[in-house]
Amino acid sequence: MTAAPVYLAPPKRLIDATIDGQEVRVPEGTSILDACEAQGTSTPTLCYGDTLTPRNACRVCVVEVEGARTLAPACSRELEPGMSVKTDSERVQHSRKLVLELLGSSVDLSTTPRIPEWNERYEAAPERFGPRAEPAPLGERDGRHAGQHETGDGSVAETVEQPVKRDNELYVRDYSKCIMCYKCVDACGDQWQNTFAIGVAGRGFDTRISTEHDAPLPDSACVYCGNCVEVCPTGALSFTTEFDMREAGTWDEESQTQTTTVCTYCGVGCNVTLHVQDNDIVKVTSPHENPITHGNLCIKGRFGFQHVQNRGDG
Amino acid sequence: MRSKTSTAPLNRLTSPLVRENGELRPASWEEALERAAAGFRAGIDQHGPDSFGMLSCARATNEMNFMVQKFARAVMGTNNVDSCNRTCHAPSVAGLAAAFGSGGGTSSYAEIEDTDLIVVWGGNPRSAHPIFFQHVLKGVRRGAKLFVIDPRRTSTAEWADRWLGLNVGTDIPLAHAVGREILYSGLANETFIERATSGLEEYRALVEPWTLSAAEAETGVPAEAIRELAHAYALADRAQLCWTLGITEHHNATDNVRALINLSLLTGHVGRHGAGLNPLRGQNNVQGGGDMGAIPDRLAGFQDILDADLRAPFEAAWGSAIQGRKGKNLTQMFEAMGEGDMKTLYVIGENPVQSEPETEKTTGRLRTLNHLVVQDIFLTRTAELADVVLPASASWCESDGTFTNSERRVQLVRKALDPPQGARDDIDILCDMAERLGTDWGRPSAEEIWDELRSLSPIHRGMSYDHLAQRQGIQWPCYSEEAVEPSFLHGRLWSQDPQERGEPAAFGIVGHSPPVDLLDEEYPFRLTTGRRLDDYNTGVQTSGFSSPMRRGELLDLSPEDADKLGIQDGETVRVCSRRGSVLAPASIDSSMRAGLVFMTFHFPDQVDTQLLTIDATDPIAGTAEYKAAAVRIERVAQTAGAAEGALASPG
Repeated sequence: MTAAPVYLAPPKRLIDATIDGQEVRVPEGTSILDACEAQGTSTPTLCYGDTLTPRNACRVCVVEVEGARTLAPACSRELEPGMSVKTDSERVQHSRKLVLELLGSSVDLSTTPRIPEWNERYEAAPERFGPRAEPAPLGERDGRHAGQHETGDGSVAETVEQPVKRDNELYVRDYSKCIMCYKCVDACGDQWQNTFAIGVAGRGFDTRISTEHDAPLPDSACVYCGNCVEVCPTGALSFTTEFDMREAGTWDEESQTQTTTVCTYCGVGCNVTLHVQDNDIVKVTSPHENPITHGNLCIKGRFGFQHVQNRGDG
Repeated sequence: MRSKTSTAPLNRLTSPLVRENGELRPASWEEALERAAAGFRAGIDQHGPDSFGMLSCARATNEMNFMVQKFARAVMGTNNVDSCNRTCHAPSVAGLAAAFGSGGGTSSYAEIEDTDLIVVWGGNPRSAHPIFFQHVLKGVRRGAKLFVIDPRRTSTAEWADRWLGLNVGTDIPLAHAVGREILYSGLANETFIERATSGLEEYRALVEPWTLSAAEAETGVPAEAIRELAHAYALADRAQLCWTLGITEHHNATDNVRALINLSLLTGHVGRHGAGLNPLRGQNNVQGGGDMGAIPDRLAGFQDILDADLRAPFEAAWGSAIQGRKGKNLTQMFEAMGEGDMKTLYVIGENPVQSEPETEKTTGRLRTLNHLVVQDIFLTRTAELADVVLPASASWCESDGTFTNSERRVQLVRKALDPPQGARDDIDILCDMAERLGTDWGRPSAEEIWDELRSLSPIHRGMSYDHLAQRQGIQWPCYSEEAVEPSFLHGRLWSQDPQERGEPAAFGIVGHSPPVDLLDEEYPFRLTTGRRLDDYNTGVQTSGFSSPMRRGELLDLSPEDADKLGIQDGETVRVCSRRGSVLAPASIDSSMRAGLVFMTFHFPDQVDTQLLTIDATDPIAGTAEYKAAAVRIERVAQTAGAAEGALASPG
């Protein structure tokens, strides 16, 4: 007997297809989204996560596949041999515009990257649905049962807005910014963290992310790994440091440096990216392509940096 | 004195301190370095180089550790250099090196996802190594079976197909019974054993007494469960055996490690993709500190200090002779202080007063020194005893360099912050110190130091900074910049060519030795220790952030015992061992078995658990038996809010 051979994934066949009339050749199994990226076509995405299985929740990445009745989400649909994909047809433009408008009118997208750029590209005008409705009082949305939702009279744009939830010192939940992409739920659940502290509650427009029985985080199963914060695309979940600095108007991403180093809290060797402003660590992320973390950390790696910069009274 | 709560604000050290009239006072760098160096010089002049000892930091970079051992060997002329890997994983290194010739985990994280059976033995990675455990869970979700062996039904055990709750310190009987069952069931991999191992017959005789029922009586694990583990492990195509401090923090830790390695030799679960042995390291660079030679018996790259041919390149590079005998390890250094043989000590980034067992004894021994220099980012309890305190930078975010993780992966550490005014980089401080002691190293950059290491350590030779950046870290060995080796070690054992197969891996002939601290009527409870998810070691760093889960020090005990003793959840109880006693709030926890109690070391200012632990140590690796103390639990008179701020008192 010799050393057992190392089985690697079988080699992938290359397939040919066209995107916007241009021929592309990619390994089989490549998503339309990745094929577009490879070809240089930029596609808006919100619910897509590079470390997560696509949920197809937001539909902002839809493309037209020739011969298909419905539009297909580029993030999850594989490119197939001979497929002809259109990313800039009128149907696609219209659909993306509608997604951006409906989200933009009902959710606070002020901290979602690239929204102004996409609104301009697709001529989306979320404000055309009228002034925004008053935010719901804290707990009101979380108390709604299925079927309780009352449709408004159309004079104001309905929103998901409600007061910010601050129930611990590490991270803040601002569900006015939540687009229900499910990424936090998947990161907390069986795809990475396996803690299952949060899930989806409610129906229809009242759907929201919730702990069990809407318990405050310290009374929930949450272990403060912050892996939900890592994947949140809109800033609905954020470090308390970032949230407070944004409130105070001192958050200055342009002046920040990002340096990837290695966490010191155990021997696993997780890569941590330190976001530093004025020589202070203001946020910690992890590279998604890192073979050890895949973007995940634990409470100590994510939030345990304060000791190097704590300023006590002496 | 110990009433300060662990949440008091901590400040970094930003000025050197020197002792004057018994008190530490701020001093200039010039004065502090001069004093530190003068003390070392005087020590050598009067008592010779071996009266000096150096403790390196398992959290600092490889480059710093390399410079520390170079300082000890080339500047001070002694091999008395060690680090706190002594307090955790030295036995893993010793055990693996004894069997296979090199002391690293044999597998890698990605392979855990690609295996059929995962055995976690004496560890709780769900809490202590959470991101490693994500790889385990990937494996589990792909169909791997998970067996967890631990006295406590931990959060890791909650994910297991089978949890084997053994009595503390009975790992060897359990392992031997598994081995015996594999042999008797004809499930041993005979071809592998014949070709790649030695000592089977002795092993067969060794495990003969450990029948399933004998093991059940000793370990408390049902015979059927032991049988099931044996068959599952032997029949799996690929199996991973992982362990943590539950195996290594015992007085016979190296034997424990050997007993586990034996099982991999019996079944051929080593040296193949997906099959291997994984000691999980508790600190970011415990692996690297040893790899760099910051240990008393090896030069960088596991090169034997006793081998003159291996010493020669180092001596040539450094222009000074290296002693051809082993230095003292951490445990021996402390013993030597007690005996008056060690006079001066240079401690970098370590806090032995709070991390070593038997606090009072450790403090007493440090007080016997003529000269103690402590270099740290905080004024630790150890620093409070020093003659000179030097404020350092935090290596992981304030310096460049590399760390080596549990899967032998060397990764780049990058400077993200400037250290606070007044604090300085460890390596710069060392260079200044060396200069004052007559060796001018200049001010090498981290990369220059790394390149020197690469020129001296073949297993690191291919790991230039560029190559490390390109590949997001590289596992050793890496002999050239053009290629990387397989992610697992010891594939040679499977070769058909005897030449290539090399030295066979020897079965470890190790007997059972129960915990030193015996249970009796007076001390009927077994106290074991460990780490919680949101805290770390002595809490120096983790007290810096506010964890919503943190509850301070607790004594976890089973509902059965709480019932028997009439203890309520949260009630303050007195925990007494043969060495001391502390007060701690009780926490009734159904993960505990009757007769077992659990504490951490995270809140030494609230409850000094080290007053209870025993300093019985492993004779080979020097690790202390933190995992097994005998204690008694007493109710104390209840006062309102007694659970808050419980005080510890020496017994």
